[in-house]
Amino acid sequence: MIRLQDLTLIHPHEWEIPQSFRADMRGPVRIFATRALLEQVLGDQSLEQAVNAATLPGLVGAVVVMPDMHQGYGFPIGGVAATAFPQGVVSPGAIGYDINCGVRLLASGVEADAARDDLSDLATRLDRYCPSGVGRAGVVEVNLPELDRILREGARWAQKKGYASENDLARTEEGGCLDGARLEKVSERAHKRGRDQLGSLGAGNHFIEVDRVEAIYDPAAAAAYGLREGCLAVQIHCGSRGLGHQVCTDYVEAFQDAVRRYGIELPDRELVCAPMDSPEGQAYLGAMRAAANFAFANRQLLAHSARRAFEETFAGQHRGWQLVQVYDICHNMGKVETHLVDGAAVKVCVHRKGATRAFGPGAPGLPPEYRKTGQPVLVPGSMGTASWVLAGTETSMSVAWGSCCHGAGRTMSRARAKHEIHGEALRAELEHDGIRVRAGSLPGLAEEAPSAYKDVDAVVETVVAAGIARKVARLRPVAVVKG
Amino acid sequence: MDSTQASGFEELPHTADWALRAWALDLEGLFAESARGMIALSGAQPAAGPRLERTFRSRAHDPESLLVRFLTELVYAADEERLAFDRFKVHLNGDLLEVQMSGAPLQSLTKVIKAVTYHNLQIRATQRGFEVEIVFDV
Repeated sequence: MIRLQDLTLIHPHEWEIPQSFRADMRGPVRIFATRALLEQVLGDQSLEQAVNAATLPGLVGAVVVMPDMHQGYGFPIGGVAATAFPQGVVSPGAIGYDINCGVRLLASGVEADAARDDLSDLATRLDRYCPSGVGRAGVVEVNLPELDRILREGARWAQKKGYASENDLARTEEGGCLDGARLEKVSERAHKRGRDQLGSLGAGNHFIEVDRVEAIYDPAAAAAYGLREGCLAVQIHCGSRGLGHQVCTDYVEAFQDAVRRYGIELPDRELVCAPMDSPEGQAYLGAMRAAANFAFANRQLLAHSARRAFEETFAGQHRGWQLVQVYDICHNMGKVETHLVDGAAVKVCVHRKGATRAFGPGAPGLPPEYRKTGQPVLVPGSMGTASWVLAGTETSMSVAWGSCCHGAGRTMSRARAKHEIHGEALRAELEHDGIRVRAGSLPGLAEEAPSAYKDVDAVVETVVAAGIARKVARLRPVAVVKG
Repeated sequence: MDSTQASGFEELPHTADWALRAWALDLEGLFAESARGMIALSGAQPAAGPRLERTFRSRAHDPESLLVRFLTELVYAADEERLAFDRFKVHLNGDLLEVQMSGAPLQSLTKVIKAVTYHNLQIRATQRGFEVEIVFDV
C-alpha cells in the first residue's frame, strides 16, 4: 500500500512518486490532486495501479494521474501514459474495454426558465428516442458490409446518411474518424455485437443529460463554444458498446501470449501489451481505431435522436431549439500524437483511460474557432451536481500530455451504493431538486448516486489551480436519462 | 453467502467496477462457483422451458487464462446470443478445460458486464481447496 509519505509535493497541486520508488518503474508518476483528494484514494489501489503503469516498456516521461482518479483494473481511471512510437508498447488494458468512451456536448438557445413546463416531455422523448439500459438495441440495425463502412468512416458515415452536419464533424475530436482502422482485425464476435447497437446508450454510468448553463467564467471562450447563460445544453456520455468491449477482450487475451514472445514482464496481467511496430501491436491499433470509429458514429446517432426530441418539444414554441455541437471528446483512447519532450518534438502513443484530451490554444487539429481558446474539455459531474466546460491550456500540453480530468470520479463502491442508497428515494430527491429522471433500473440509478462520486467542483478547482485547464462554464442538470 | 461453506462466492468492494471472491474444494468447483457468482451479480435469469446444452472447450498455459475465457464465453452468450447458462459440469485435464453448460434463452438481465479482467488474477491453493478474486468491468 502506498502511503502519503511516499509522495513528494512538487507544486501546490502536483505530487510525485519518483522512479526510484520501485525498481521496475521506467519513469515517475505525477498526480494532480489536493491533499484531501489524494487521501481519498490512499485506501484503494489507484496509486499502485499508476506505479504499475509506469513499468510499461517504452514509457516516455511520467505517468500522469488526474484528480478524479480511482482504482480500475490494471491501469488507474484518470491515468495517462505515453509510450515511444513505434518501438514502445500499446496496452489495450491501458485504454479500457469501452474504447472511445467519451462525451458530446450540444448547446441550444432555449431559455431554461421559459422551457420549464416542457422539460418533462423533453426527458420522456429523449428516453424514447435514445434506447438505454441492459440489452437495449440501437436505433439502426446494419448489415456487415454497412458495419464495416461505419468502422472505417466513423461519424463521416453518419454524415453521408444524413445524421450529421459538417459542423458536427469539425467539432469532434479527430473529425469523428480515426485513420488506420483495420476491419480484418476486428473479430467476427465483435462485428456481431455491433450490428444492432448503433445509436444506443447502454447502461452503467452512461447517460444523456439536459443542463442549464448556470454560469459563464470565460465569456470569450463561451461565445466561441456557443454557450449562453441560462440556456439549455445536452451532454451525451457513451462509448463503443459491445463491439468495443469485444475488441479489447480479444486483444487482452491475445496479448497474454504476446508478452511471452517479446519477453515483457509486467506486475499485472491486465496491463499486457505489445510493441506498436509488431504484428500484434499493429493489429490491435487497427482494431481499436475501428471500435473508436463505431463510438464516434454511435454518439452522432444519439445526438441526432436528441435533436429530434428537441425539435418535437420546442419547435414553434421556443426560439433557438436547434442543438449546435460544442465538441465531442474521447476519454478512453490510445492515439499517436506529437509532444515536446525535453525541447524536442517526439511522437508518442498517449494512452488515456478516464482522462480527456485537453489541447491548448494553437494546437493542431482544433477547429479554427477554437484555436485561440484551446479545445473544450467536458467534465460531467454526477447526475445531481454540476458539470463543467473547461478549456485546454499550454500548461496541459507541457505537463500532462495535453490531458485533463474526465469527470468527478467515483469514491463509493457500487456494492455499498446499492446497499446504502434506494433508487426510488434517490429519484424522488432528484425530482424534488428539479431534475427530471428517466431511469431503466432503479438499482442502477442508486449505483450512480451523486454521493457515490467525488465533489466535481473540488476536482475542477484542482486542475484549474494546476493550470492544465481554464474554467469556461458551469452546467446544472435539469433532466437525466440513464439505462 | 456463508464463507464457512465448502464452496461459494461473495461480492467484494471495488470503487468503480465489480469484484468477486469464489472458493471451492477443487479447481473444477472453483470454475463453477465463479460462473455462478458472475451470474448472480449480473442478475442473468434463464427462461423456463426447453433447455439448451452446449460444450465449451479451451486450452491455455494456466488455469487463470482458462477461467477468464470461460467466463468471457458466458458474457458473450448473454450480451449477443441472449442466452443464460446456469448449470455447469467442469472437467480440467492439464491445460484443457471442457465445460458442459446447460441454460436457456435469457429471461432477464439486470447488469451488463463489459468484460472479465485479468487484474491481479491469481488462483490460490488454500487449506480447504482453492480461491480466486475476479474483477469485472461493468
